[in-house]
Amino acid sequence: MSETLTFDIVIVGSGIAGLRAAIEAARVSDSKSSIAVITKVQAMRSHSVSAEGGTAAVLYPDKGDTFESHIYDTIKGSDFLADQDAVDFFVRAMPAEIYQLEHLGMPWSRTEDGRIAQRNFGGYNFPRATFAADRVGFFEMQTLYDTTRKFDNIQFFQEWFVTSLIVDHGTFRGLTTIDMKTGDFHPFNAKAGIIATGGAGRLYRFATFGYSSTPDGLSLAYRAGAPIMDMEFVQFHPTGLIPSGILITEGARGDGAVLINKDGERFMKRYAPQKLDLASRDVVSRAIMTEIQEGRGLKDSVSGMNYVLLDLRHLGAEKINERLSGIREIALKFKGIDPINEPLPIRPVCHYTMGGVKTNISAETPIAGLWAAGEAACVSINGANRLGANSTAECLVFGAQSGAGAAKYVMAQPTRSLDIQSVAQDEKRVFDEILHGSGSENPYEIRNEAQTIMDKYVYVYRTGTGLEQGLRELRALHRRAFRHVDDQAREYNSNFINVLELESMFEISEIILVGGLNRTESRGAHSRTDYPKRDDEHWLKHTLVYYKADEPRLDYAPVTITNYQPTERHY
Amino acid sequence: MDWLRVGETFKLRVRRENPATKTGPAYQEFDVPYEPGLTVLEALLHAKESFDHSIAIRFSCRMASCGSCGMLINGLPRLACYTQVNEMSATTIKVDPLDHYPLVRDLVTDFHGFFEKHKSVSPFLLRQNVAEQETSKSEYYQTNSELDGFLQFSYCIKCGLCNAACPTMASDSKFLGPQALGQAYRYVADSRDEGAIQRLKAVDHEHGIWRCHFAGSCSFVCPKGVDPALAIQKLRGLTLSKSSASRAGTSLMPVKTTK
Repeated sequence: MSETLTFDIVIVGSGIAGLRAAIEAARVSDSKSSIAVITKVQAMRSHSVSAEGGTAAVLYPDKGDTFESHIYDTIKGSDFLADQDAVDFFVRAMPAEIYQLEHLGMPWSRTEDGRIAQRNFGGYNFPRATFAADRVGFFEMQTLYDTTRKFDNIQFFQEWFVTSLIVDHGTFRGLTTIDMKTGDFHPFNAKAGIIATGGAGRLYRFATFGYSSTPDGLSLAYRAGAPIMDMEFVQFHPTGLIPSGILITEGARGDGAVLINKDGERFMKRYAPQKLDLASRDVVSRAIMTEIQEGRGLKDSVSGMNYVLLDLRHLGAEKINERLSGIREIALKFKGIDPINEPLPIRPVCHYTMGGVKTNISAETPIAGLWAAGEAACVSINGANRLGANSTAECLVFGAQSGAGAAKYVMAQPTRSLDIQSVAQDEKRVFDEILHGSGSENPYEIRNEAQTIMDKYVYVYRTGTGLEQGLRELRALHRRAFRHVDDQAREYNSNFINVLELESMFEISEIILVGGLNRTESRGAHSRTDYPKRDDEHWLKHTLVYYKADEPRLDYAPVTITNYQPTERHY
Repeated sequence: MDWLRVGETFKLRVRRENPATKTGPAYQEFDVPYEPGLTVLEALLHAKESFDHSIAIRFSCRMASCGSCGMLINGLPRLACYTQVNEMSATTIKVDPLDHYPLVRDLVTDFHGFFEKHKSVSPFLLRQNVAEQETSKSEYYQTNSELDGFLQFSYCIKCGLCNAACPTMASDSKFLGPQALGQAYRYVADSRDEGAIQRLKAVDHEHGIWRCHFAGSCSFVCPKGVDPALAIQKLRGLTLSKSSASRAGTSLMPVKTTK
């Protein structure tokens, strides 16, 4: 074991939520708290940089937008599984976040009169997706990261991998890490922790996510005793470019692009007569898969993937170059197609996990001294289906909540000594059982098989028998001998890190399968052909999953309903 | 026309070295099957996952947004995820770590100094009234032409290819480099910024803007179309006009550039 590092607040993750948390904690503590941002990637490499289309906020009440409209659109989008008090808080906090970013240098796109521009997005009754061309997440990351450079009390630990949280009698005390550059094992003694590790989308093979989006953070909190909420709700974005899965922003449809099948038909009119291509994502993804299953899709000869088309041609070169230059660059480079001249081949792609570590409106988890924010958390404002442009927004609002909460908390807490026994225990697990473990199987092949199980059984449409089969296959795969590391070097051993990530992938995949199998209804993104209807009588409730050594323990919690009673959704 | 055809294999030559254990340098060769659209990153991951798990490589988004996978590909600084094997028009792809960065291992270099240089130019919006900057009830107005004045410079993804391509970085390790200087200009050129004087001071020295001798290789290799060489020219112009203005007793505070 190497030197123990001591901080007031440790933030795990350096995406939008983690950076926003760091800035707020630095401000609230008036630069008095010491803040560590621990990230397994370098600064600016987090997957938040890939967010494209927009960040939702009510900026123009003078033009007819209202808080109530954003609140209701979000709740309706969630298929009434969102907690309505949380949505209310979130929507009212958002405009200040947009202006705050702007004051920090965010290059928002502008209207003719120099104000912040907004575009249309799916599921909204007002064009409230605030945008900076189609590189919104990247610019938000840049603005926040650059701003952290102002604060001397924010220290980055880049390419440090967190292996466990240290929790003593229900209170967070610190965590253990591997410094990837040297291979050294360092405990951190900290009064408060914030989990901001993003989504778990690399549980799937066909995903918009970068390779780093594995569920390490969820697994840390889960093993430390925090419940994981609503993980069976996985969002499949309608427009993943085949075969890479790279995201084509919903902003394309917001700006007028349309979906067509192999006959050139605008099929969304049969599924969402009012909102058409701008229905919520779960609705559009189901429509695409129904088109494909009923023989109206196309098939890519190289990858064997079925797809439909996203047509941007009628938008014209000027609009595409001004507002959608990023996706044109992507389509040209990764598919050799210019959307100015040709429609893009797309299909639903794993894009977001609605579930995460359970928190309240203050971003607190049930573990004292531990907060969670962003995609890693579940407040829940997204319920069973998130609306586009609400994710980067959620990272900002609840990142700030967690930073402020942690900063206030640590001022009243004395520094305690770290429980050396739990540190030693994790060091033993990580080094003796994994790095020096033995096995004959290629962990990368095991990972591919695990992802293929998720692609196959837990995609847009699900069945009870499929989920049962998936769970059996996943558990059998988990028993195979992949816990070993061929690379025995200390320095930058990503083979080692990848095997640790794979353990967390098994844990969280199991939670998704178990939660989905138990939930015998269709709600939002969880669509079961054997239970095609929403069942409010039995299932208007959140799934909570707790860690147990043999298999996960399930529990349920009520949904907070304030002003909006559940009704059937139409788009 | 495709240089390689489906089913053919090509040679991937990977430079292996671990300075901590004094292993290497040596090139390791892999035969990788070609398929249309295959990127150098995918080829490297194929080698790592199928043949040798110990190859050290940094990568994440695979869509040229995160800036992780900069390396020399057949001698040129490029992003591996943004380079298709076919476009190299070669049957051998040779990959080396970026020049001008300390080596960690294999293709992974140490960016500590890079991030420190970036920090040294105050890469954030500076306003004289900080309290007002931190209250968030409405936006600073900015016209589209004011936005265009700095937007291309804000596409920087901090991949560091520009510094690897810069011949001045090779001869002067203290040189701030095109990345940091480009970002200094990005904020100076922002119509909302009031920190030009402070920032120009941070770059007006022998290891700053005056060190550049305009090889232009930074702008040539940037995968996002940023033109750091132009930014350095502009910073020189602003610095000169600032000193002549102060000699004449006039104030340029704040320096703004608008079209």
